Amino acid sequence: MTRLQAAFSKGRPALVAFITAGDGDTAANLDALVAGGADVIELGMPFTDPMADGPAIQAANLRSLAKGTRTADIFREAAAFRARHPQTPLVLMGYANPMVVRGAEWFAAECAKAGVDGVICVDIPPEEDAELGPALRAAGVSLIRLATPTTDSARLPAVLEGSSGFLYYVSVAGVTGKQQAALDSIEQAVARLKAAATIPVAVGFGVRTPEQAAAIAAHADGVVVGSALVDLVATHGDAAPAHIATLTSALSRAVHNARVPA
Amino acid sequence: MNAPVSPAANSYRNQPDERGHFGAFGGRYVAETLMPLVLDLEAEYRRAKADPAFRAEFDDLLEHYVGRPSPLYYAPRLTETLRAGAPAGQGAQVWFKRDELNHTGAHKINNCIGQILLAIRMGKTRIIAETGAGQHGVATATVCARFGLPCVVYMGATDVARQAPNVFRMKLLGAEVVPVTAGAATLKDAMNEALRDWVANVHDTFYIIGTAAGPHPYPELVRDFQSVIGREARAQMLARTGRLPDLLVAAIGGGSNAIGLFHPFLDDPTVKMLGVEAAGYGLDKLHAASLAGGRPGILHGNKTYLLQDEDGQILEGHSISAGLDYPGIGPEHSWLKEIGRVDYTSVTDDEALAAFQLLCGTEGIIPALEPSHAIAAVSKVAPTLPEDAIILANLCGRGDKDIFTVADKLGVSL
Repeated sequence: MTRLQAAFSKGRPALVAFITAGDGDTAANLDALVAGGADVIELGMPFTDPMADGPAIQAANLRSLAKGTRTADIFREAAAFRARHPQTPLVLMGYANPMVVRGAEWFAAECAKAGVDGVICVDIPPEEDAELGPALRAAGVSLIRLATPTTDSARLPAVLEGSSGFLYYVSVAGVTGKQQAALDSIEQAVARLKAAATIPVAVGFGVRTPEQAAAIAAHADGVVVGSALVDLVATHGDAAPAHIATLTSALSRAVHNARVPA
Repeated sequence: MNAPVSPAANSYRNQPDERGHFGAFGGRYVAETLMPLVLDLEAEYRRAKADPAFRAEFDDLLEHYVGRPSPLYYAPRLTETLRAGAPAGQGAQVWFKRDELNHTGAHKINNCIGQILLAIRMGKTRIIAETGAGQHGVATATVCARFGLPCVVYMGATDVARQAPNVFRMKLLGAEVVPVTAGAATLKDAMNEALRDWVANVHDTFYIIGTAAGPHPYPELVRDFQSVIGREARAQMLARTGRLPDLLVAAIGGGSNAIGLFHPFLDDPTVKMLGVEAAGYGLDKLHAASLAGGRPGILHGNKTYLLQDEDGQILEGHSISAGLDYPGIGPEHSWLKEIGRVDYTSVTDDEALAAFQLLCGTEGIIPALEPSHAIAAVSKVAPTLPEDAIILANLCGRGDKDIFTVADKLGVSL
């Protein structure tokens, strides 16, 4: 069983938590997510042009790049995380250009070497995935694809083909960190996706509070929280880890117990 | 005897392939939310292209609203001035395609007419656009006013400041202009923000992209709408001189005016072509010449040459011309460079400024800073060609919007 499979096989929904690499004290922020009970960690790779992100994660990208974060630094953080936390799955999330600039094989090999379990690439749809997906699979790294409210039943098989780890359902047509979708639309979408997918379905975009996370976890295999955590880094800088641990604890309690009868 | 070869097999004009690729370039590198939408757009564009009524409405608006065909003009005093500095028997004739005489003052309107007709066909009720110099924003605001659709234009805050007259024009035309403060607050940041709007409003919003770039089918449809420039110019040149030009010259930011001029000539083997990028302060300093100083990468929905660092982070372009100040280039140009059909060069801010003044003084035409780059390249090339050679350059915009920038550069306060 892979680390990602194990994270979704605990008999309860999983909390997937996101922070941006190079924003604040990355190692301490990652440790705080694990201490708070996150089941899967998403580490954002900063990019100059984060077209799919809302203000919070855009700002985190720019803070990180302004500090001089390089791709090599991100792999160094990932490898160090893997040494400290042998069991917690780590997923890199970002945009295509920094991933393919040295060749998809190079990127996949670096991921494998650093103990990265999966990759989410925002702007490579299945139609353009002749290089990155095959390279990642050959290196034993999961390619985690996104499904959205606009992904209809005709497209869904193409999205699932070659996906592994989990399916990331973007619950709103929009950018990260903005409004949350209506719960009943999420419930319907998750039911549709789970009927077609053999991998777990995690839901993200616009999830900020333990209450929202719990409501989604009643239906989905996982809940992704990003902007609310990134906001803590914006507010508290290097003092963010304690705040991250507190919020993550509340989120993970809510998610893990979402299906336990009160 | 050789087997007959179908003309299409030997054509440079049958790109992109069915997946939107121009050789190794182009494609549809967009977030999943947008993917079904760009597929819909492509299907609707195929239907529109095959619909004579669509074509007829497009042609009618170009004739009676835009003012096409634009003139083909022989520039006698510019030709003589350049010839005076040339060796005996050299100094090519310089001709201009006068797209600066279009309604709204640039070639941008050709594309906006085509795209708003597509938007209406698709039942979209809200239009968004990005703009750099403001020419595409003005053209988009214009067609939105003409068809009664609400319009939001994203414009980098830096450009809002340096292109104030165009901002006011857009507002007069009823558009909402949203200043974008992210990054360097120029064209690429405006495009990021327009994409964010589109992704959140896919159900009712049509994104009118201003250049021959972005996800497929935009590079193809923008090229097709702008190809009216080259089709007219080819027919006009044949009618006036009985032959084809020897060299075409056009400025390139994203590359829509250049591809519009070049494309109808691509299969004419005697016609050479020169695309002119913005070398800004110089290719060893800040510039916006993606082909000369960039490498292939993925941005804004397509694979193309980009200004980027070794980690794939996008670098800021610089040009005196806000319309050329983009770190990428349309994917068809990347392909035409790689196969060698078109030559590409670059021109600095100072050279463009000198060419701007040269055209004012010799022909009584105030060009925009974008085509001033093409004119600067013409000034270098014309003296190296024989007197009977014909150079045809695209005068893709007029300079009214740039007089404040030029005055500032020349140390004049208005």
